[in-house]
Amino acid sequence: MLTLSSQLNTYLIIGAILFGFGVFGLIRRPSLIGMLIAAELVLSGASINFMAFNHFLAPDPTVGQIITLFIMAIAAAEAAIAMSIVVAVYRNYKSIETEDLAELNG
Amino acid sequence: MSPSLFSPEGLAGVIFLILIGVTLTGAVIATCTKRLIRSVTGLAICFVGVAGLYYFLNSPFVAMMELLIYVGAVCVTIAFAIMLAEPNEARVARKISPLSGSLATICGGAMAYALGYAAVNGQWMAPAIKINDGSVKEMGMSLLTTYSMVFEVVSIVLLLAIIGALVLAKAGRDKQC
Repeated sequence: MLTLSSQLNTYLIIGAILFGFGVFGLIRRPSLIGMLIAAELVLSGASINFMAFNHFLAPDPTVGQIITLFIMAIAAAEAAIAMSIVVAVYRNYKSIETEDLAELNG
Repeated sequence: MSPSLFSPEGLAGVIFLILIGVTLTGAVIATCTKRLIRSVTGLAICFVGVAGLYYFLNSPFVAMMELLIYVGAVCVTIAFAIMLAEPNEARVARKISPLSGSLATICGGAMAYALGYAAVNGQWMAPAIKINDGSVKEMGMSLLTTYSMVFEVVSIVLLLAIIGALVLAKAGRDKQC
């Protein structure tokens, strides 16, 4: 148990569990902000996979770290855009529930 | 062989187990609580654990960036979104149907199981030789040589995100007034 930190599989399974939690939250959450939080969990699981492969398998151990930094930048941009979209949706509909945003239902 | 509990390696192993617990607890809080502000707190806890895992993966710089960007910026941004949009908590609690809960559990569980199965049963080849040690200095060198184009493109993406966020928020305000 105490040597788990030096095994590749540990990190891969943690990444897989975080990804699963993200998908779980994306389907279960009824509001836009909850789905945004779940999407951040998905990105974080992917980053853990990149970092684990970078540390254990990559010939050049800077590649995974740089990709993780780029994922962080994309996630920050995504959070800023999503926040302004949520605020705009709330001003128009007075709600951020996904079921209320059904104007195109016909 | 397993190191003894009170050797430095054993203590590092205990800290690693605690970090795994923090990460998974944060993920559970982020997805399973009813109030959104508690979800954001769980997300921050989860990211602190993930930063610790990055530290164990021999990259303290990425761990520090994880704390600064995710815990310090993304979580605060989402908290601001919750405060500005003030979702109606009672309706959130009412609308979760049991069907969506079980469907979500099946989908998320299947995803996690499939990825974990692939990870455990895959044949991963260790590299024959490492061309550098992955230190912060090497990262800076390759960011400004090999990946300089991507670096510039990411900075443009961030600039466009800032401008787009301002434009979107302003458009919503004009319609209201």
